Amino acid sequence: MNAHITPLAPVPLLSVKDIHKTYGGRIGCTEVSFDLYPGEVMGIVGESGSGKSTLLNCLAGHIPTDSGRVLFDTRDRGLIDTLTMSEPERRMLARTDWAFVHQHARDGLRMSVSAGGNVGERLMAVGARHYGDIRAQAVDWLGRVEIDEDRMDDRPTAFSGGMQQRLQIARNLVTGPRLVFMDEPTGGLDVSVQARLLDLLRGLVREMGLSAIIVTHDLAVVRLLADRLMVMKSGHVVETGLTDQVLDDPQHAYTQLLVSSVLQV
Amino acid sequence: MSDYNFAYLDEQTKRMIRRAILKGIAIPGYQVPFASREMPMPYGWGTGGVQVTAACLTPEDTLKVIDQGADDTTNAVSIRKFFEKTAEIAVTEKTGTATVIQTRHRIPEEPLAEGQILVYQVPIPEPLRFLEPRETETRKMHALEEYGLMHVKLYEDIARHGHIATSYAYPVKVEGRYVMDPSPIPKFDNPKMDMAAIQLFGAGREQRIYAVPPYTKVVSLDFEDHPFDPSKADHPCDLCGAEHTYLDEVIIDDDGGRMFVCSDTDYCAGRQAKGHRGCLSPTEEAAQ
Repeated sequence: MNAHITPLAPVPLLSVKDIHKTYGGRIGCTEVSFDLYPGEVMGIVGESGSGKSTLLNCLAGHIPTDSGRVLFDTRDRGLIDTLTMSEPERRMLARTDWAFVHQHARDGLRMSVSAGGNVGERLMAVGARHYGDIRAQAVDWLGRVEIDEDRMDDRPTAFSGGMQQRLQIARNLVTGPRLVFMDEPTGGLDVSVQARLLDLLRGLVREMGLSAIIVTHDLAVVRLLADRLMVMKSGHVVETGLTDQVLDDPQHAYTQLLVSSVLQV
Repeated sequence: MSDYNFAYLDEQTKRMIRRAILKGIAIPGYQVPFASREMPMPYGWGTGGVQVTAACLTPEDTLKVIDQGADDTTNAVSIRKFFEKTAEIAVTEKTGTATVIQTRHRIPEEPLAEGQILVYQVPIPEPLRFLEPRETETRKMHALEEYGLMHVKLYEDIARHGHIATSYAYPVKVEGRYVMDPSPIPKFDNPKMDMAAIQLFGAGREQRIYAVPPYTKVVSLDFEDHPFDPSKADHPCDLCGAEHTYLDEVIIDDDGGRMFVCSDTDYCAGRQAKGHRGCLSPTEEAAQ
């Protein structure tokens, strides 16, 4: 399935070193290190409470880490530790080169602003001041996520869950980010809508050459989307490898349990 | 001698407010928090403006108070009386002779001069509030100059109404830095904010003071293809015939009859005294 993996570039897009985060005495996640190369999609799987969302939020700068480094290959200055960069820089990064897709679309959308306005917000945040251009780009992006143009002036409250999630994706990708963080992007959607969303995501990721980190507990999602897989348990990474390798030949006892727990219909 | 301390507030409070005003003038458009006091009037009636006026007044000042441009409405009359009683200062309805003008929702038509102070009553000082409810977040957005959200509001206007339908409290950028809510003045007044007088803004309930120093650049936000338009009713004043002033629409019967009059009563009366006439002026009716 992942036979078309491109040769890895020499410089990683994101280099994570020894991330450690505790909540009081409890471990959130610890000793997490990995490199993510341009165009690569990495899945993080594990049960609830295994620290995968904590890790994602640490990487995206949403919560402070206790120790570790997150090096990102910025366009102008090369590899820079995003945890120690200034807040304006990090927020700038978060609305240009990075994107974050929340599990609940409501967390990532402005519910009182029309779909077009939601997509246009990031454009206006980086200085777009031409209404016609902003609207044209919004139409283009809504089309790419299969939302009809005649819905663009409706508020997200009038959208179904699947549409909200697709809108959130359009809103995030409109500035052409290079790295997308996704927290359970298909959680809470019914199976057929999930399949459509996955299809869409896979298309966009391949077409735009995005790098992505996807946190999920759904093995089918990573099977379809991820090149590489990281399995977490109790805040530790217990197994890493190519997706198919990990899923078809799990080595760690927990991974074996995880894989065998999936119901076969 | 009045039983009140001069201008109602105690000296320490006025001192505290003056410090906030000075800070506001030093950083044009920046909202300075201050310890707003209870005033003998309800929130929303100009408690912020009254405190700023009280802190600015000296015994030699002449005060003018307007409400929607008019000198004779409840809010204007009661605030004027308040300061007549507590500060025993001279009051006027003439824009030109006033040294301090407290206003609700208008800038006088007559251009203000150096040495005058215009005090605005502000209900909600935060221009980003309706899009971003978190105060911590809006402060951060001001600090980091992240104003894209302001344009989202204008975008929504155009998407819904075909043009920028915001007609009052139209957001402005002050001296190329802070985005500011000019209080609910009509956008017709926005271009006048580039003026010779000092402009002070007081929000009592929200406990914020901000300011625009004289000759400061104030730019109304817009899109390249939807430029800012300081619109007004397309009609001359029915009492003084002025075509360049902001007008109020007044319903005069239950038969669809209406008239347009200058919202600035002092300016309108001044023009009528000089012999200008509109199509509903009483003298003309009497002549017929």
